[in-house]
Amino acid sequence: MAGIIFLYGVYVMLHGHLTPGGGFAGGTIVAGSFILLIVANGIRVFGLHREEQLSSAVESIAILVFLLLATAGLLTGAMWFFQNYMPHGTPGNLVSAGLIPVYNLVVGTEVAAALLTIFLGFVIYKAED
Amino acid sequence: MVLFIMCFILFLVGLYGVITRRNLIKIIIALSIMEYSLNLFFILIGYRKGGEIPILKDAGTVPPVVVDPLPQAMILTAIVIGLATTALLLAIAIRLYRKYKTFDVSGINALKG
Amino acid sequence: MEEALLFILIIMLAGALYALYAKDLLSAVVSYGIVGFALVIAFLLLQAPDLAIVQVVVETISLVIMISVLIISTREDLQETPVAKIKGASYIQFRHMMYVAAALVITGLFLYFFVASTAMLPAFGEHQTRMATEYVQHGAEKTGAINLVTGIVFDFRGYDTLGEATVLFTAVIGVLAMLRLVGKKEEL
Repeated sequence: MAGIIFLYGVYVMLHGHLTPGGGFAGGTIVAGSFILLIVANGIRVFGLHREEQLSSAVESIAILVFLLLATAGLLTGAMWFFQNYMPHGTPGNLVSAGLIPVYNLVVGTEVAAALLTIFLGFVIYKAED
Repeated sequence: MVLFIMCFILFLVGLYGVITRRNLIKIIIALSIMEYSLNLFFILIGYRKGGEIPILKDAGTVPPVVVDPLPQAMILTAIVIGLATTALLLAIAIRLYRKYKTFDVSGINALKG
Repeated sequence: MEEALLFILIIMLAGALYALYAKDLLSAVVSYGIVGFALVIAFLLLQAPDLAIVQVVVETISLVIMISVLIISTREDLQETPVAKIKGASYIQFRHMMYVAAALVITGLFLYFFVASTAMLPAFGEHQTRMATEYVQHGAEKTGAINLVTGIVFDFRGYDTLGEATVLFTAVIGVLAMLRLVGKKEEL
């Protein structure tokens, strides 16, 4: 069941510029699928430490990629900080709206990793008692 | 108009809970209720009568009455930030319970004197 | 439409009042969940599907974290000490009444100023912010996105999204530092 929720979360993230949803909604749904797995099965503390460090690293990398994408626009001749510099395409297709689908994916992974890190912190604290 | 007043009454209920309750978990719950009432108030302001959702079917056709999309974009980030704040408060609550063995705020007085 | 919203708001008020006065902490958390999910229905009635999706998942995660906090600690609420049993009862009772009276006066003042200021707003359902027509009419061709809310969040208002990512990151660092998962290990 958690795999279906994960796929649905990635779908909501990717189609953020066509249907309701977007980066934040898809990111929280992906985090929800991981939390479901942890709540359903048991906890073993040692495996959770490595997983928490991995998700914390993923979150840091995701926010750095977000900043890189935003400032890379300055190199290609755009004038402002957040210029939407990729070609727009025809609205209504999946590949359109310039940089927005890429932003959706990056912000979605950042939100998912952040919520997962918070939840793992609580679980590890409870297990180590 | 009545809707705005009732939304504000929800905010005042949350404020009353923060001031008068002694249990730390109830203070956190009341703070979160205050945040919910604020989000609801912004979306209430942005509503147009008979409006539709701010997602166009095609690129060219715009429905005649559309709900205002700007407050929704603002509150979208505010909801996730509210969750992060509540999680931080709960982490502090767990540490306080570990040290003082109670959730009573009148007994937690390490900063006094 | 307005009657449905009024009904949902009454449910939220009842849930909030019960969450503050419950004797059992688990009942208080469940009642807080009622408030959150009634807010989802209110968002759907106000034509905001993005917010409804985010609020559902955020409410579920918040409930799970709260119940995990309750499991590792106590479940009962504190006994509110009845006033007559404390020594020097009359002075404490007077102070208690003064606190309640002050809280009611402040509440009345807030309510008066709020009613006076929202009487200046247009009626419910006719308010219009200045940029609304601009975003709705020209948003699809300027950003290329059909979902206007996503277009505003990532293109017209990109700085706010950057600020939100920063706040989320700071909150995660705060939680990890509070629970002593980074930094040097404490000696128990």
